[in-house]
Amino acid sequence: MNQETMTLFSPKLAARFDALVKKYPLKRSALIPMLLYAQDEIGYLSDSVVAEVAERIGITELEVRNVASYYSMLRFKPVGKYNVQVCTNISCMLRGAYDLYERFQEELGIGHKGVTADGVFSLEEVECIGVCCWGPAIQVNYDFHDELKPELVPGILAGYRGKSKGEVPNA
Amino acid sequence: MPRLVSHPDEVKIVTSRFGQGAAKIDRYLELGGYASAQKCLAQGPAWIIDEMKASNLRGRGGAGFPTGLKWSFVPKESAKPKYVLVNGDESEPGTCKDHLIFLHDPHAVIEGTIIAGLAIGAKTGFIYLRGEYRYLIEIMEKAVADAYDRGFLGKNIFGAETEATGTEFQIIVQSGAGAYEVGEESALMESLEGKRGIPRIKPPFPAVVGLYGGPTVINNAETIATVPHVIEMGAAAYSAAGSPRNGGTRLFCLSGHVERPGVYELPMGYNLKKMIYEVGGGIRGGHKLKAVVPGGSSTPVLLPEEIENLGMDFDQVGKAGSMLGSGGVVVIDDQTCIVEFALRTISFYQHESCGWCIPCREGTDWLKKSLTRFHAGFGTAKDIDNIQYLAENMMGRTFCPLGDAAAMPTLGFVKKFRKEFEDHLNGKPCPFAKHMEIAVA
Repeated sequence: MNQETMTLFSPKLAARFDALVKKYPLKRSALIPMLLYAQDEIGYLSDSVVAEVAERIGITELEVRNVASYYSMLRFKPVGKYNVQVCTNISCMLRGAYDLYERFQEELGIGHKGVTADGVFSLEEVECIGVCCWGPAIQVNYDFHDELKPELVPGILAGYRGKSKGEVPNA
Repeated sequence: MPRLVSHPDEVKIVTSRFGQGAAKIDRYLELGGYASAQKCLAQGPAWIIDEMKASNLRGRGGAGFPTGLKWSFVPKESAKPKYVLVNGDESEPGTCKDHLIFLHDPHAVIEGTIIAGLAIGAKTGFIYLRGEYRYLIEIMEKAVADAYDRGFLGKNIFGAETEATGTEFQIIVQSGAGAYEVGEESALMESLEGKRGIPRIKPPFPAVVGLYGGPTVINNAETIATVPHVIEMGAAAYSAAGSPRNGGTRLFCLSGHVERPGVYELPMGYNLKKMIYEVGGGIRGGHKLKAVVPGGSSTPVLLPEEIENLGMDFDQVGKAGSMLGSGGVVVIDDQTCIVEFALRTISFYQHESCGWCIPCREGTDWLKKSLTRFHAGFGTAKDIDNIQYLAENMMGRTFCPLGDAAAMPTLGFVKKFRKEFEDHLNGKPCPFAKHMEIAVA
């Protein structure tokens, strides 16, 4: 593949990947970060993302899928532009994470791994995100929100809804 | 942004630069940063390892292995390159200390990595952070770039020699992509090699055959961030801050039903009851303490009567039948259903089991199924014994500690709260409010 003309990625990301494969003693060490950064830009690991990453690393598409399926952040399907991830693990649970999660479900009208019809939001119940002392906590894409209460949910969602206006949803 | 807390009993060593802008390299230097690495560069590997041994610093990831001893296992001569690996995959439920270290003091992690590299004769270090910590990965990447700009990393670190004779050290910051299992040392190496995070069988141990087949030292991020402080204050002074054979301080993540949750740096051996009632401000809402998970979700639960005189160090908590683990102290009040807590705990391990070893793959799955049914009121008396039998048969039968991590807390819950399990029998509804609604009042 002539990556300069055929890459799926933005010139900035493509340049980053060119550098990434040269960084390690073994090219393949670039695989997992590369998949994550590709997903950040494209939205999910589409067939063509898998194909280009396989080409760049020099392994088969099957190997890429095999590795990607192990990691919970990597996905083969699109999610909402804002992926709301609610931690319900023990520390957050003790501080009311399930009430928070229920409120998100009610406000968004979707359940675990659901996507809203407009593609703006998706929802996920996730395992510990390392914010245990400030729970209950969530991540919206990579942004943390901690010390939450159900009554704060509409405000958080309104904030992201506002941000999404005028932009094309990822999905 | 995670809130910083403070208590007069704290001994701030690792957290001494928190909240002071030390993520900026100039500020880090103003606060004495990178002096320890330069001192180590001058003193040489044998001196560093002796200091680390004398400090009684023990691994902060959970196992509590003496850091100096671990470093001393790396062969001096090696045909293959040696590596330092920093484990910042922080994923044990209840644990959020490395989060604060990366946020407030990234250069301490870099400096500790350099020192570990000097000690074992490695030229490359990797700092692996869980993928969810993207903003912290960016902070680490910026800090590493700044350290290169100043010549603290590169071909001739600290400009001590000429480029031809100087000491080389490179650091690469790596992102994970969501996997608790990768916190296990050999699984982390697999992940860094671009593979599924399946653990390797040991021996050989990483000190001999690790990353890319080379001798590798792997330490928890807190351990590494502690190293420059050990050098700065001296091994004896650091060791004296803790309890016998348990040097220094530890970042305790106090979470759950306490009035003032937060990450507190306390001397090793600090009394757990005092930690909950004085440092943490006691149980919230005027409720009573029911149980405490002392070191992250994989450690067996302790009862109030078991913590009266319990000092929080590796040896004392071990003697009490649990583990100091990762420093995640999860406090549970008397409004909490232990069966539901056990179910949530096992659900996590079932989700995270990589499926490589059958006792772990099948055991976590059946435990989750049994506990789900049990909590829903469809359990039978025999189930309680079965849950215990399943957990007992997972212990020690897997490549990596994930199987044990799932079995140990389960055994604790069943043995110590058998009556509460019995209260759920024969269609009786859970005696507690659903999902423990107490918390968000």
